Amino acid sequence: MPTVHFTDAEGAVRDVEGNPGDSVMETAVRNGVPGIVAECGGSLSCATCHVFVREDTLDQLPEMEEMEDEMLYGTAVDREDNSRLSCQLKLCEGQDMYVTTPETQV
Amino acid sequence: MDTTTTTTAVPGETADGAVRTGLLIIGASQSGVQLAVSLRALGFDEHITLLGEEDHRPYQRPALSKEFLQGTVDSESLIFRSNQYWEDHNVALVKGERIERIDKQPDGSGVAHAASGAEFRFRRLALTVGARARKLQVPGAELDGVVYLRNADDALALKAQLDGVQDAVVIGGGFIGLEAASSLHKMGKNVTVLEYGPRLIGRAVGEETSEYFLTAHRDRGLDIRLNSRIQELAAADGGGRVSGVVLEDGTVVPAQLVLVGIGVVPNTELAEQLGLDVDNGIVVDRHALASDGTTVAVGDVANMPNPLPGSPEGERIRLESVNNAIEHAKVAAYSLMGRREDYAGIPWFWSNQADLKLQIAGLTLGYDQTVVRRDDERGKFSVLYYRGGQIIAADCVNAPLDFMAVKNALAKGQNIPADAAADPAVVLKTLATDS
Repeated sequence: MPTVHFTDAEGAVRDVEGNPGDSVMETAVRNGVPGIVAECGGSLSCATCHVFVREDTLDQLPEMEEMEDEMLYGTAVDREDNSRLSCQLKLCEGQDMYVTTPETQV
Repeated sequence: MDTTTTTTAVPGETADGAVRTGLLIIGASQSGVQLAVSLRALGFDEHITLLGEEDHRPYQRPALSKEFLQGTVDSESLIFRSNQYWEDHNVALVKGERIERIDKQPDGSGVAHAASGAEFRFRRLALTVGARARKLQVPGAELDGVVYLRNADDALALKAQLDGVQDAVVIGGGFIGLEAASSLHKMGKNVTVLEYGPRLIGRAVGEETSEYFLTAHRDRGLDIRLNSRIQELAAADGGGRVSGVVLEDGTVVPAQLVLVGIGVVPNTELAEQLGLDVDNGIVVDRHALASDGTTVAVGDVANMPNPLPGSPEGERIRLESVNNAIEHAKVAAYSLMGRREDYAGIPWFWSNQADLKLQIAGLTLGYDQTVVRRDDERGKFSVLYYRGGQIIAADCVNAPLDFMAVKNALAKGQNIPADAAADPAVVLKTLATDS
């Protein structure tokens, strides 16, 4: 099972097991991880599932499409080089994903 | 949306078999789910019952007309929260129960009676009952093959009869109609959209946006007919299944499937029976409280004061959207905790139709000026709406930067002056000024 390690803005860590093929966003929402809102349910419309991905794992991620890139300019907490929308990050079998959630999404 | 999981055991069962709960939420909807989640986040420690009519766990509706219909997501991925989450948070999910009558005391407590005979005793009541699809009122509307798209069972029924359908007619050129029409077209059907009004999405967007969508959808292969007057739905050889739509001018549009998307009717029956004020939805105050001062009504069913900052006193609106279901539920959660908080955030909406991604920020109520930003080379199109020189809303098609700029400006109480906004080369965000 893939595992997502969520760190919140205060530094508290929560590990959540996910299913291969599910997104980091879905994994968070289904289990009530508070730092992810995801109003639009993953259709790239709301930019409320913003996460910061651990730098050394960035190269494992799918490339960013233009729409995600533009949406990231409107996040509640300003984007950084390691920003992604977690609805676009699908989990692979056995993967460990390390993400930090911003202080606020709206 | 499996139907195999049983109703979670309710800890507060009384000797007479009735369920006893702190808060009874009627409507296992987007707003019902958010209300329960927000209350737990605020420290509400009483037992919560989240009750719905459908035999499914609470699920997200937006994908029903898009990804779910097209088969690119499965039903499991539409589920809001795992069963474990509800168990961990002392929320009992009750599926497949329809409340028919409620007896309520002046202190807000009472008993809800279900059609099955089950009783639910509550200390406080929340109505998150939503709206239902408006029914088509023409001869033949009851034929097989005439479907609606409001809930999961509708979507499952629709999917189950798609094989063998070559020609589909969508009645209603609003969000649901155009989303479903685009999905059906993508799945290889010939799709005709019949709209009664003179333009598409007339209730939600201005004329410029309607015109843009009309051209864009026609370019993508939809046959769209405005000002359509339907005479009846016909069945070939007098059979029970629809075969075409007959218009008043005698035209017959062949259809083995007719999808009706002509708006919704708020489910106000329980509120009326309770004697609550009802007027195009359940009338609530700024804090989601109904006229009895104790019941909260949230989401699609609630007629509330216009939440957009700076809107005129007394102006009211009923919003049908995911964002409103969420934000309104948060306001209601505070109310149930005895706190009075205002609606936060700027109302926003989205609709994905083929490769057209529409995002709307704000509310256009009362607009007196529009500015169009158009970049056909990059396929971007936005309309900005102004009221007395102040920006109040924007429709943005494939233009998330514009959407975000307007949403953020509205949230900060800023303006984006109209005179400079028309040039699509100008980055909208840079024009925002404190008004």
